[in-house]
Amino acid sequence: MISPRCPVRPCERVKSPVVNETAGRAPHDTPPCVAVRELVRTYRSGRGAAATVIRANDGISLTVRQGEIFGLLGPNGAGKSTLVRQLTGLLRPDSGTVELLGHDIVRHPERAARLLGYLGQESTALDELTVALAAETTGRLRGLSRSAARAAAADVLTELGLEAIAARPLAKLSGGQRRLACFAAALVGDRPLLVLDEPTTGMDPVARRAVWSAVDRRRAEHGTTVLLVTHNVIEAETVLDRVAVVDEGRVIACDTPGGLKALVDGDVRLDLVWRDEAPIGVPAVAELADRAERTGRRWTVRTTPEQARELVAAVTTGPAFAALDDFTLATPSLEDAYLKLGGRHGGLAK
Amino acid sequence: MTLLSVPPQARRSAVSPAPLAPAARLLPALAAVYRAQLARAKVARIPLLFVATFQSVGILVMMRGVVDAGQTSAARSVVAGSSVLVVAFVALNLLAQYFGKLRATGGLDHYATLPVPAASVVLGAAAAYASFTLPGTLVTAGIGAVMFGLPLGQLWVLLAVVPLAGAALSGLGAACGLLAPRQEIATMLGQLGMSAALLLGVLPVDHLPQPVVWLRDLLPSTYGVEAFARTFAPRPDWGMVLADLGVCAAVGVASLALATWAYRRAVAR
Repeated sequence: MISPRCPVRPCERVKSPVVNETAGRAPHDTPPCVAVRELVRTYRSGRGAAATVIRANDGISLTVRQGEIFGLLGPNGAGKSTLVRQLTGLLRPDSGTVELLGHDIVRHPERAARLLGYLGQESTALDELTVALAAETTGRLRGLSRSAARAAAADVLTELGLEAIAARPLAKLSGGQRRLACFAAALVGDRPLLVLDEPTTGMDPVARRAVWSAVDRRRAEHGTTVLLVTHNVIEAETVLDRVAVVDEGRVIACDTPGGLKALVDGDVRLDLVWRDEAPIGVPAVAELADRAERTGRRWTVRTTPEQARELVAAVTTGPAFAALDDFTLATPSLEDAYLKLGGRHGGLAK
Repeated sequence: MTLLSVPPQARRSAVSPAPLAPAARLLPALAAVYRAQLARAKVARIPLLFVATFQSVGILVMMRGVVDAGQTSAARSVVAGSSVLVVAFVALNLLAQYFGKLRATGGLDHYATLPVPAASVVLGAAAAYASFTLPGTLVTAGIGAVMFGLPLGQLWVLLAVVPLAGAALSGLGAACGLLAPRQEIATMLGQLGMSAALLLGVLPVDHLPQPVVWLRDLLPSTYGVEAFARTFAPRPDWGMVLADLGVCAAVGVASLALATWAYRRAVAR
C-alpha cells in the first residue's frame, strides 16, 4: 500500500518535524533497514565546574527503508556524525534504540560490523598502504578469504577507475583520490547497508560520478541501502531518495528533496553582487539593505517572483546597475528549504 | 517530538533479522593485519627501519670511548643493550606513537567497524613492529661485537631474543598508545619507555646504584639484554639464557593481553 503523499508544510520547529516516510524513487514497500527511535547522546564539553552538557543527538527518530539512498543533511556540528557513529556501533546512545535489519545495535554493537560497510572521515589506518592493499586488507578483515579479497578489491578498483594508482600509497595521493580509495575499501566485501560519512569531500566531478554510479549499481543489483552524511546541498538534491534535515541534534524535516523544496515553492532567490559599495541611495536598494543576507559584496534575498521582478528592474537601471557586478535569480534549493524550516543560518555547501 | 509513522511492514523484519555476514577469524585476520603493517615499512622505511639502528650504532661508538674492548661484563652489556635498544625504540616507542595517533585521529574506527577480533589487530601490529627491528638488531649486534672484540658465532640467539623482547615491548607500547588519554601523552610514554631501556640496558650494571638496579629489574627489555649478553661469554650459561627469555615470554603474554584489553576499551565507548 502506498500512503498518500502528505503535503509538506512548514513545521513548528522541532516539535512536529515535516516527515514523509514513503516518498521517493526507492521502493516504498520494502522493510526498514535502519530504524532509529528517540536517540539521545550527550557529551560533556569543558572541564570541572565550567563543563557543559551538549546534546549532540536530542531525540532523533527515523526509518530508512531497504534499497533507499537516504541522506542526513545539516551543517557542521548538527549531530550527523554522532548519529552515524551510533548506527555503526562505535558509540553507545544514552537512550533510544537503533535497529539495523532487525538487529538491536544498542544491545549488540558488534553486529553492526557484520551488516554494514562504513566510510568514516579519517583514513589514518590506511594511509601508508597502497590503494590495492588497503582494499584487499579491508576485504580480508570483513571475513573474505585471501583470494576472494584480492579478486573483490581488483573488481572495485576497476569499477572506480583506480587501477592506475593501485600501487601508490594513500598518503601520497591527493585528498579526493585518497577519499575514493577509502570508498573502494568500504565497498570490498558486500554488505546490505553502506554508511558513508561525507564520501565525496574533496573529489573532482569524475570521482564523484564514479562514487554515485557505484552506489546506484549496488542498489540496482543487490538492493543495497545507503545512508549518507552530507552538507552538500547539490549532492543531496541529485542523489538522494529522501533526506533528513538535521539541526542542533534533531531531525527538523524528513522528505524527498522535491518535497522539502516544495516548502519554499513560490519563492525565488535573488543574488546581487555589487562591484564595490552597495548604492544605498537608490530607494529599492536601501529598502533591501535590512532584509538581505549579506556575505561580503553578495546580497541574497528570498522573495516572491513578483517582488523579485520589481527588484531586478530596479537594480538593472540607473545608478544601481552601474554599481552591480552580477545578479542571479534562481528557484529555491534545499538550502532555502533548510532555512525556512528554521535551521541555523548557513553552514551548508552550495 | 512526535514519532515518525512506521508502516506495518516494519514488523516483518523484526520477526526475522537479516543474516549476519561472517566475522573474520583470528588467524587469517592477524595475518592480514601483519601483512598490511609490514607493507607500511616500504612507505615509512626511514623511521621504522633505519633511525633506531643509527641511534644504536651511535651509542656503541660513544660507549667505545669509555668501555674497553674484550671479554668484560661491561662490553657485553653495551653490545647487548644497544642491540635490544633497537627493539625498544621501534616496538615500544614507535608502536605507542602509532596507536596513539590512530586513537586520536579516529583511525581506530576503521578496525572497529570491521568484524575483526581485537587480538588480531593488536597482535598483527605488534608482530609487524617486532619484525621491523630484526635487521637493525642484527646489524647493531654485529657491529658491536666487532667493535668490542666479542664473538659473532652466537648472534643467532637474536632470533629468539627479538621476538620475545619484541612481544614484551610491543605489548607495552601498544598498551601505552591505546590507554593514553591524549596523543602527546602516548608519544611521551613511548619516549620514556625507550629512554629507560637505553639508560638501564646500555649502562654497565656494576656502576648502577641499587635503586636503579631494582628499576632495571622491572623493565622487560632488561631480560632480553641479559639473555643476549650472557651468550657472549666464552662458556654461556644456557639455562640462565632460557630463564631470561622465559621472563620475556611471560611479560610478552601479559603485555599483549593488556594491549588487547586496551584496544577493546579504546574502541568501545
